Amino acid sequence: MIATSGSQQRILNIVIFLVLCAGVFIAVAPLLYMASTALGGVAYVQTYPPRLIPETINFENFEQAFASRNFLRAALNSGYIAVSTAVLVTALASTMAYGFARFEFRGKKIIFGALLIMIMIPGVVLLIPQFILAKNLGLLNSLPGIILVYSAGPLAFNTFLLRGFFENLPREIEESAIIDGASAFTVFWRIMLPLAAPAISTVAVFSFLGAWDEYLLALNFLTDESLRTLPIAIANFRGQHASNWGLVFAGSLTAVIPTILLFVVFQRYFIQGITSGGVRG
Amino acid sequence: MSINSVPQQRSTARTIPQRRATHLTKPYYRPYIPYLFILPGLALYLLWSVYPLAYQLHISFYDWRIIPGQTSEYVGLANYQAVFADRTFWLAMQNTALYAIVTVAGQMIIGLTLAILVNRVAVAKRFFRTVYYLPVVTSWVVVSFLFVYLFSPGEAGLINFVLTKLGMINEPISWLANSNTAWIAIYSLGIWKGMGWAMVIFLAALQGIPPELYEAAAIDGATEIQRIRFMTLPLIRRTIFFVLIALMIGGFQVFISVLLITGGGPLHRTEVALTYMFDEAFGDLNFGYGAALSYVLALVIVVVSLVQSRLFGRGDQDVEY
Repeated sequence: MIATSGSQQRILNIVIFLVLCAGVFIAVAPLLYMASTALGGVAYVQTYPPRLIPETINFENFEQAFASRNFLRAALNSGYIAVSTAVLVTALASTMAYGFARFEFRGKKIIFGALLIMIMIPGVVLLIPQFILAKNLGLLNSLPGIILVYSAGPLAFNTFLLRGFFENLPREIEESAIIDGASAFTVFWRIMLPLAAPAISTVAVFSFLGAWDEYLLALNFLTDESLRTLPIAIANFRGQHASNWGLVFAGSLTAVIPTILLFVVFQRYFIQGITSGGVRG
Repeated sequence: MSINSVPQQRSTARTIPQRRATHLTKPYYRPYIPYLFILPGLALYLLWSVYPLAYQLHISFYDWRIIPGQTSEYVGLANYQAVFADRTFWLAMQNTALYAIVTVAGQMIIGLTLAILVNRVAVAKRFFRTVYYLPVVTSWVVVSFLFVYLFSPGEAGLINFVLTKLGMINEPISWLANSNTAWIAIYSLGIWKGMGWAMVIFLAALQGIPPELYEAAAIDGATEIQRIRFMTLPLIRRTIFFVLIALMIGGFQVFISVLLITGGGPLHRTEVALTYMFDEAFGDLNFGYGAALSYVLALVIVVVSLVQSRLFGRGDQDVEY
């Protein structure tokens, strides 16, 4: 067969475009349906026929969500936990990664090998010992406690990711600064961190999202109602108002919109992070 | 070696003795400096990851009592024996493996197809990439409830409505009441949520293929399908293996969706490894049993990923050409 001609080529392009649009529909329709249900007002039966775009838009469900006890509190808790986790992971992973990328020291191989092990083992299987440890340390029902656990989880992978990034940075700037008498910390803070900004923001955004969406640890570690996080609050809406989906999805949208905004704004870094290390969102 | 904490060129370090690896003969920093960078993170990692991993092994040898005042009794390998003798455990493992196989296949086929098409389309590449990725960034808790809603029983449920309109079903299905149809909901969620991730990775790999290769093939008279079969796929082989392994590891960790969609029911029929572990530990307070189960599962995941990397070459490679 001969390569397709010009007009065939054009038809093929249109077909591809249409197939991709169908794919867009499948990817987005469930999300639209969720938004439509949340904005469609309080309804205890599902509307028939189902609507992807509501007839009238009102914010009753959002008002009810935020009026309910502890929902705003949960949103604030989630924000505080996620930001703190992102800061802590970024700080600890970048310093460790720099240490591994640029220094020789006793025990380096063993320590790095120990880090690699946990990249393979899923964090969820540590739930039981982490729970008992937190209990023994008095860190159940404590926001700082859960921030520490959340930060430890992604540490290994992010250190691995950033080490690769640091190793690929040119050494000349660093070396001239060292010759000029800069301390190791100055070199790290003033030279390496700014150069690694894209990779660092990837790490920060992914650790933020990980903590923001986390459900299992939050469910078991934070049983005090005033310490609940957004995913738990949403699950509680579902448990308490089983048939009021509008309320469940108003809560859900409150949690989802910041993550989608973050993704759209940091998209370039996201894609870099995903493709260079296989980070899962 | 530790006294000589000289930063060195990685490329030269392998061939030349370390002291000559840099033009400076004096060490740059005092020997404790590297540890200042490593220790804070390492301490947190040791406390919350390595120690729990070892502690879990310890717990798994006990009839562990979480309630203060009760003493835990050493039972040796009894928890492991109980795990392997437990029919619900085997059902859960079977369900987990099946989930991994079905959703990984679905995500890879759809992800690869979308990537090839997006790479080929002339306009709106970035738009497509962004939109396909939206389900990936949406939280598992939220999308799990969303799929319960989509698969609602009755004619007003979106899936029932669409299938009825298309004439594929005569009356609405109660999807989640029956384990076979509940799996359809759980599988479709897994595929829907993950296809964008696979697509983004495949697309990056496709964009790394030099266009000249395609032009040469086109001149040689290769058809579109032939080019994909004999050029594109072999060229992105490593990426395909990478995605396969990453998705398999993820598939074995399926948890939140099953927990929130069916809770493992009816009658444990949709139980997966982690929901069962969770149920045993936090539902029945069988911490020793749950710990043994966690260890078995972690081992299975490590073995599956090692076997796959063996079979398919190094799976942990970056996407690069």
